[in-house]
Amino acid sequence: MHGWHGKIARINLTRRSWRIEIPDFDILTKFIGGRGLAGYYIRKKITLNWNHPEMPLLLFAGPLVNTRSPTSGRMTIMSRSPLTGAVGDSSVGGSLGFQLKKAGFDGIVISGKSSKLCGIEILDNDIRITDASHLKGREISQANSMLKNKGATAVIGPAAENGVLFSSVIIDRHFAAGRSGIGLSFTSKNLKYITIKGSGKTSVFDPVALSSAKEDVFRLTAASPVLLGEFGISRFGTGALYDLMDAKRMMPTENFQKTRFDRAQSMNAHAFKKNYAPKKTGCRGCHILCKKIARHRTSIPEFETMSHFSALLGNTDISTVVDANRVCNEMGMDTISAASTLACFSEISERKLSPQAIISLLTDIGKKQGVGVELGMGAAKYAESYGRSDLAMAVKGLELPAYDPRGAYGMALAYATSSRGGCHLRAYPISHEILRKPVATDRFSFNEKARMIKIGEDLNAVADSLTACKFIFFAASLEEYARIYTAVTGIKTSGQDLFEVGERICYNERMMNTANGFTVKDDDLPSRFFTKPGDQGNNVRIQPIDRKAFLTARSNYYIARKLNKHGMPMTDVAQSLGLEPIEEP
Amino acid sequence: MFRTTENKLVNSGLVDRDAPLLGCLDAHLEWNRSGRNIPLFEKIFKQLNINALIFSQPAEPYRSIIDYLAEISDGTITPNDCETRTFLHDLPVSFELSPDAVVSLLKARKSAIISGHGIITCGMIGLEQAYVTFSSVCFACFVKFFSDFLFLSKRGVVEKKMRQVFDRVIQKLDPPVSFNGALIKGPFKSTQQIYEAIQEAGRLTVEYRLVDSYFGNISFCHDQTLYISQTGSSLDQLKDAIDPCPLDGSSCVPITASSELPTHLKIVQQTGSKAVLHGHPKFSVVLSMDCDVENCVCRGKCHLKCPRERMVCGVPIVSGEVGSGPHSLCNTVPEAIRGHPGVIVYGHGLFTTGETDFNRPFNHLIQIENSCRTEYFNRIRLL
Repeated sequence: MHGWHGKIARINLTRRSWRIEIPDFDILTKFIGGRGLAGYYIRKKITLNWNHPEMPLLLFAGPLVNTRSPTSGRMTIMSRSPLTGAVGDSSVGGSLGFQLKKAGFDGIVISGKSSKLCGIEILDNDIRITDASHLKGREISQANSMLKNKGATAVIGPAAENGVLFSSVIIDRHFAAGRSGIGLSFTSKNLKYITIKGSGKTSVFDPVALSSAKEDVFRLTAASPVLLGEFGISRFGTGALYDLMDAKRMMPTENFQKTRFDRAQSMNAHAFKKNYAPKKTGCRGCHILCKKIARHRTSIPEFETMSHFSALLGNTDISTVVDANRVCNEMGMDTISAASTLACFSEISERKLSPQAIISLLTDIGKKQGVGVELGMGAAKYAESYGRSDLAMAVKGLELPAYDPRGAYGMALAYATSSRGGCHLRAYPISHEILRKPVATDRFSFNEKARMIKIGEDLNAVADSLTACKFIFFAASLEEYARIYTAVTGIKTSGQDLFEVGERICYNERMMNTANGFTVKDDDLPSRFFTKPGDQGNNVRIQPIDRKAFLTARSNYYIARKLNKHGMPMTDVAQSLGLEPIEEP
Repeated sequence: MFRTTENKLVNSGLVDRDAPLLGCLDAHLEWNRSGRNIPLFEKIFKQLNINALIFSQPAEPYRSIIDYLAEISDGTITPNDCETRTFLHDLPVSFELSPDAVVSLLKARKSAIISGHGIITCGMIGLEQAYVTFSSVCFACFVKFFSDFLFLSKRGVVEKKMRQVFDRVIQKLDPPVSFNGALIKGPFKSTQQIYEAIQEAGRLTVEYRLVDSYFGNISFCHDQTLYISQTGSSLDQLKDAIDPCPLDGSSCVPITASSELPTHLKIVQQTGSKAVLHGHPKFSVVLSMDCDVENCVCRGKCHLKCPRERMVCGVPIVSGEVGSGPHSLCNTVPEAIRGHPGVIVYGHGLFTTGETDFNRPFNHLIQIENSCRTEYFNRIRLL
């Protein structure tokens, strides 16, 4: 077998035992790995509560990980989201996926619940369940220091241990599996950390063909201004997008009440570069290196964090953005959800948050003290408890990231249809609506966007399964990665064949959400976006989204996605994709 | 929706009016016109994750060229130009127009040539994407045909059919470019004027067919700002598609600037020129690939490295790839363009510059292309 190892570790924390499962090869080719394979393994249990001992916690890499495939260092962590109740997954970088493959595994499925706080340590073929009581309450960097030399690390912080619904898992100290509250899934199993260290190789079917295919991808990456250009993310990090969102008047400001932040130009990527002189780093196997780390191992915030801890909160102090990022990373909390929850709190309480208040509240959330107890529920539940659900900028309970949907209608539709809630990464139409890749589309139009969103979702589902970083698809396409996949696995395929897998993965997620009660009313946006305009300037006027046009686009999406008119999966379509019905376990 | 793409295809000389069949799928499939092949293409849409398709017999001379190349191919045409190498990789050929045959090719590539019938291209982000591919296929086949003809002629091994096709297509070529006008004269007095000048020069570059689809780029440097066309923009549609790029790097708004920004920046910084124009004029590209050095150590990698100083029509030819990186043309073009009216990048295109406006670069673009065209036929005649 090439690419895959054909081995999945099944770990039971109740019994403190583990075994190897050898998946059918057919399953590997149908779901590939990463998000796809995790979705396959969770589906039979998906209707259990997120904290049921039998709810699986899954970590999967893909067949391209631990090979020379470009940007193939990522992996997926998945469970049922404690925050939303929907499919909860996070694609994450660092070296965890790489070490998992070096250790000889394609994935880990964790079930049960340990009687006391534990860790899982994997060293090649050996898996140990350890006592982690000495790490209880430890922040991320401290916990990492105590896990030195154990390989790649996946650690939860105090936020998860204290029950924050949007807690994250931090990989290798700097890479966040942020969204969906996956950190709390660790807590539900009394699991503090996982370390993985391996020494093995992953077999590649045709290294020469892989080398040739890789050259094509590198050529396209070099030709991409967004990736390797003078102002691209390799030089400036994802913060390179900040100025463009400002120029387009779609930067979420003061809880999405506005779309222009007056001080944006003084808090952009250039300002961070000037103030912090960061160095490049990135996921294992990536040549783009979009991550930036400054002195004293300070993580420079990603774009979403930069935007949300400045504009969304009306904060004009750049050091507060860095501090907020640090607090979230140390506590183990999703920065998008944290900032959005604070913004919601700010609007409901009619209280502008000072820099000190922002940091103090984040700490309170992480420690679950004071008002942090309420805020740790996330924006949607917090707002609902105050009878102001309209002020939570979330979809399916997941707080929206840093692209105001009134500035990009494809993004508006993509937020609504995303299987994990308010997420930009499922379809990421920003690529063509704003970044002009592969061609520019009209951001203020829903025309033709339904099928584009569907295709974008399928593409990114494959990317999350191979794995490959979604950013590479600003330049390359599945046409190039199909060659890579064939070179690694020996399985003849094409870009379109891979799209079929993506379709299966997305449909599976839709089925799982439907089984958990999600309906058409959840495929929607907060009412603010249909009633309130954004800002204007720079020859741009941000209008409210036309509700009728949005609903038509959503209906068109259901047709493109082969759902019924109520957005529900259809049995015959599921069957044609090889998906069995989801039944109660 | 359809009219824009149809006009682009016709105006760029790629198809005859009313020839192309355009299909667009969102919730429902729509066509620009009726056609007997529609049921066939409906089946294609059902089997592919696409949302747009163009099918057309190309206009002459592309039609004869592509028919010939398809006929002699073994199922794949492999042009050696930059657009193919970077984006298309190769051009698959089918000898039958059937859903299964076409789908099998479009599963792996963005285009398929159906021998004797025309070109099919598809897109996932709309007709614009399918149009760009269609344009690139025509460009690539044109360059390949004329390059191969010259190469084989020098070796005395042109087959009869190829000679017949050549004799036919040269009658169908656009006449040499002739431009007697003047562009907006510099020095420019305002940013507004800069924008107008860029748009004018871009529009004319397209109008005179010195560039195809959304390739090519243009910039003007003024007062510590480089105004440059955006990535993926058509040079004749630059309103709202010009990025102001501060030379001090204080804003990342130009993240959407042309992929050739590094080259434009180096040219203005190293040569003192203010105006930079880049097109893909065909005979310049063809001649850049005509090299008689046998057994060269870089043969096959000419786009990456060339050990010799090459010239054609008084213009240097350099290696270099798109964008940034160790093989980028930003490492070769700026140095080579000093003291010359332009620089041709191997298999790619032509850069020209100007001190105060676009008159010189545009006229040089024309002159060099016309000279290369004349030189091409001289080389054939002298054999």
